[in-house]
Amino acid sequence: MTLGDILVNVQGVAKHYGEGETRVDALRSIDLRVHAGEVIALLGPSGSGKTTLLNVIGCILAPTAGRVELDGDAVFDGIWLRSDLRRLRLDKIGFIFQAHNLLPFLTAEENVSVVLDLAGWSAAKGRARARELLDYLEVGHRAKVKPALLSGGEAQRVAIARALANRPRIILADEPTAALDSGRAQLVMDLLRKLATEQEACIIAVTHDEKIFDRFDRLIHLRDGRLADA
Amino acid sequence: MNLAIKDIRHGLFRFVLTCFGLGLLMTVVLAMIGIYNGLVADALAVVKAPAADIWVVEAGTQGPFAEASSIPADTRDAVARMPGVAEAGAITYQTIEAAHAGQTLRLYVIGFEPGRPGGPQRIAEGRGLGTSHFELLADRKTGLVLGDTIRLGRNRFSVAGLVEDAMNSVGDPAVYVTLADALTLQTALDPAAARVQVARGDQGIRPATVAAVIARLEPGADVALLTATVRQWKHLAALSQTEQEDLLLASVVDRARRQIGLFLGILLSVSAVVIALIIYTMTMEKLKQIATLKLIGAPDRTIVALIVQQAMLLGASGLGIGLALILLVKDNFPRRVVLEPFNALVLTGIILVVCLVASGLGVRAALKVDPATALGG
Repeated sequence: MTLGDILVNVQGVAKHYGEGETRVDALRSIDLRVHAGEVIALLGPSGSGKTTLLNVIGCILAPTAGRVELDGDAVFDGIWLRSDLRRLRLDKIGFIFQAHNLLPFLTAEENVSVVLDLAGWSAAKGRARARELLDYLEVGHRAKVKPALLSGGEAQRVAIARALANRPRIILADEPTAALDSGRAQLVMDLLRKLATEQEACIIAVTHDEKIFDRFDRLIHLRDGRLADA
Repeated sequence: MNLAIKDIRHGLFRFVLTCFGLGLLMTVVLAMIGIYNGLVADALAVVKAPAADIWVVEAGTQGPFAEASSIPADTRDAVARMPGVAEAGAITYQTIEAAHAGQTLRLYVIGFEPGRPGGPQRIAEGRGLGTSHFELLADRKTGLVLGDTIRLGRNRFSVAGLVEDAMNSVGDPAVYVTLADALTLQTALDPAAARVQVARGDQGIRPATVAAVIARLEPGADVALLTATVRQWKHLAALSQTEQEDLLLASVVDRARRQIGLFLGILLSVSAVVIALIIYTMTMEKLKQIATLKLIGAPDRTIVALIVQQAMLLGASGLGIGLALILLVKDNFPRRVVLEPFNALVLTGIILVVCLVASGLGVRAALKVDPATALGG
């Protein structure tokens, strides 16, 4: 596999909570590079720092130390270098959640187009893009349906469409297949891999699902806040 | 994309139900404001009805509403002759109970001299008093209609005309009769009682007394000078129209007014707390969705708009329902419910502020929510 641009560059990132006897080191000097087209998994037992690392890459959590670059932009170097982190997330990062987290009061199509609305797209263009993504993910026929009436697989595909709506190059997924059966889990992973290749994006997923380990390019193990193996 | 409207449409039934509940609460608040206004308006109606400038009453009293007052009926002639007085009329007030159509009516009987001050300003239906005796003008709330007859004391009176909004400070509807009939009603004894009085040597000759004499002044006449002049008669006192109104509000209805005012204050406070709780709970229920919105990049203004717009819609709908309901039912209250546009405007302002403050609490909680909440673990 030919490696593309470095989309995620994490250098010496550490994160601790509390001080003194109550200090907990969630991340200890993490170095990680993820290239365009790569699909990687963050593995490890509960409390190993997977979600903390995902939150740091997603600009949700400020590390205690280290440097973070996303898609070539330095965003953290001891302090946040950008004040508009939400705009940064909107433009560069797509999130896929374990429980899909679709907004229950919006239809499938609106759940996708809301991201584009926030990004400043016109309503018509947003609807067209949402429809295109839903069709691509084979849930276009459910565009006008509210999440409560979607099956688990359909909801997860709508959530993927939402994550991809604004063409982000970094997609962070937290247990993306946890709510799916084995067959659907494989399909979702195939889909993410296809998207990573076609859109030159990288996908970083936290997962415990051993059935899909073979779908990743790299398995990154974390233990006690350190990279155990790569 | 308006997220507030989308969210409301998603849970429309619940939102409508909440608005209806709030609307009922607003109805009670508006009813209480209306009752408060009605109490004041009713109390002032009887004072304002004669459109007088000066009230001449018994010395040492604050009559005829706050205290009983009795002055010779011919005081009217003395007052009418004073420089600056355009016209004067004697007037009496008494409360009686009379049977009509199988019911007992409590009536506020006003005796006045037709053609002189003291009668109603406007006849809503029928005509004024055309004869010296046994006709009356009744407030519509008595339930009497034109042509009805009713026994007052020992005589039967027929309804010649109907008036509106004429009542005393406790809400008893008024009937107007001639002064002569009112004096008879006041002084005539039951035949048996009269016989006993005669047997005891009472000749039954008493000077005619009235409750007050009211005067309207000529343009430019000095009210203060005239009242001061009247007070020089040691058996008389005089009050200006403004003094009479202030006296009535300060003494006769003050306690009831303060009671309702305090209750209104409590009710408004309860409403504010209820509105705040509803809006705060609505926001708390959406925290996970708000966290998701923040995570996918929604700016604070989108989240603030979601909460504030819903709070405002809730407040406006509740107020609208409350206004519609009170306008529908206000005439069924036993006492007058008086609602002025100003009251609705003030309540709108209060609800607006309450909604803003309440949504402020929700906004504060929403802005504090960590977007990582959406990711879980």
